[in-house]
Amino acid sequence: MSRYIKGGTVIMETLPSIVSSGTAVGRMEGEGPLGSCFDYVSEDSGFGENTWEKAESRLQQHAFEQALLRGSIAESDISFVFAGDLLNQCTGSAYSMRNNGLRFVGMYGACSTMAETLCMAAIFADNSVGTLCAALTSSHFCSAERQFRFPETYGGQRPPTAQWTATASGCAVVGAHSEAPFIKVATVGTIIDMGIKDANNMGAAMAPAAYDTLKTHFANTETQPGNYDLILTGDLGYVGSEILRDLFLQDGVTLGDRYNDCGLMIFDREKQDVHAGGSGCGCSAAVLCGHILPRVKKGELKNVLFAATGALMSPTLVQQGESIPGISHCVHISSSCE
Amino acid sequence: MKLTEKEYGVLAKKRSPNSRLYKTVPVAFAVGGAICVIGQFLTELYKSTGLDVSAAGTLTSVTLVFMSAVLTGFGLYDKLAKHAGAGTLVPITGFANAVVSPALEFKTEGYVLGVGAKIFIIAGPVIVYGLAASAFYGLLLFIFGQA
Amino acid sequence: MEYLWAFLTGGALCAIGQLLIDLTSLTPARILVTYVVSGVFLGAVGIYDPLVGFAGAGATVPLTGFGYLLAKGVREAVTADGLLGALTGGLEACAGGVTAAVLFALVVAILFNRGDKTAKIAG
Repeated sequence: MSRYIKGGTVIMETLPSIVSSGTAVGRMEGEGPLGSCFDYVSEDSGFGENTWEKAESRLQQHAFEQALLRGSIAESDISFVFAGDLLNQCTGSAYSMRNNGLRFVGMYGACSTMAETLCMAAIFADNSVGTLCAALTSSHFCSAERQFRFPETYGGQRPPTAQWTATASGCAVVGAHSEAPFIKVATVGTIIDMGIKDANNMGAAMAPAAYDTLKTHFANTETQPGNYDLILTGDLGYVGSEILRDLFLQDGVTLGDRYNDCGLMIFDREKQDVHAGGSGCGCSAAVLCGHILPRVKKGELKNVLFAATGALMSPTLVQQGESIPGISHCVHISSSCE
Repeated sequence: MKLTEKEYGVLAKKRSPNSRLYKTVPVAFAVGGAICVIGQFLTELYKSTGLDVSAAGTLTSVTLVFMSAVLTGFGLYDKLAKHAGAGTLVPITGFANAVVSPALEFKTEGYVLGVGAKIFIIAGPVIVYGLAASAFYGLLLFIFGQA
Repeated sequence: MEYLWAFLTGGALCAIGQLLIDLTSLTPARILVTYVVSGVFLGAVGIYDPLVGFAGAGATVPLTGFGYLLAKGVREAVTADGLLGALTGGLEACAGGVTAAVLFALVVAILFNRGDKTAKIAG
């Protein structure tokens, strides 16, 4: 039985395991610093499909299939799929899962979705609800651009604070306690809005949410940053992660080298010209599933705090002059059962 | 959060890098100027064939629009615009790019509701407010007489 | 000499646009609207005419020139047809450019494949 402490923090009593994970990415991500970590790299950003929406669904299917393949898991063993993406009405996930007959729970948390789905999968697994639960998210640069910004061939200039939506997908399959990585604790965040209105500066909009969730998590679990080898935010990019460091510094806490951000890891910011870094809910999913989880499994990383962050905006609300609310959920992943 | 929204805004601004004006402005100047030079060349060319100034001007616009449309089709206009910014936005080629790019992008939603309906999602306001301003000017001219 | 003035005037109009992009929160669409309406205004008050006279395409190719063209068209139409000209002059003057943009957009939509900023040729 999972145990709820307070303030959104849930302790996993049985320490469910992430039994398998899979990733799929596009060309740019494959050429990035973590390129060799990903299971499936497509040179064709269309993934053989004639629309970007279908391309994203296909991308997500690849990540899901890789997770099953690598864990030798039969599709029928998956009891629930918690999946999400950035597209309107969560169609990236719905269309990727529409033919497999699996129990599907569509979730939306913008770029925080990987932590959100992982929380849910962990809590289900910890309470022996079903056999295996998949946490799955995706994002695609081209489908996101046409929904949130401009047509692909439109000549716009991105400001230095803008982030580049990663064409990426990651899937983690969570099951009963067996071997590392284990999920120990999850903290569900609250929505924080500090009045940032610039849709080209998502990092600044999301950083306060990451700060709030991490701070709450540290307080509720009576831990501090030093208890973790790696504190990993999802997609704050350069601007947001610098702000997060500042916010903690104001409390006298230095995050230092143990802190990193998925958006800063997936691309080479200078060489790949992605300005403030990567974003999109596939970014943190692919970095976590392709790069971090294998290292936890090997024991290279002992305690990882994964805090994906999302900007809960829509173009409509931004055009209406509303500020951008942020959210962050965090999951403590460990290589040991203590 | 201990910070107020205002204090946070200051912190966020401090950490948000600005565009490097010493780079962006000269590039915009050079590319925009070059497009105008091409326009000037075309105008001279059409005038030399005996066309009057107005027709030569229209034909120049049409030619520039055509060039922009082709570059947009090949995905080259946005590559140039990434560096040139306003240098490719402000000339009429930028207007053409704003019309052509949604037409191409929304082809997947069909020729009527995709291409047809969305062709002016970016450039529409230019036509709307340009025409409105010109009609308003015409009304003033009519009422107050012409200078 | 005309080429130099075309370059300098057109370049300057673009540089102002770049400053608006970088220093204000104006979106590109708002900047373009500002340019067109400014062009109509400058054309109406008679400032733009002399600019076109000495900078040629440097003044007509930027979107302020589009506004100027609308103003000029309306002025001529009102002179010829009275109040009706206020409604017809603008579109008549810009008909060539706008129809060309729509037509070429259709042709490009038919003939070309979708764009992809993540594709290999990205420089």
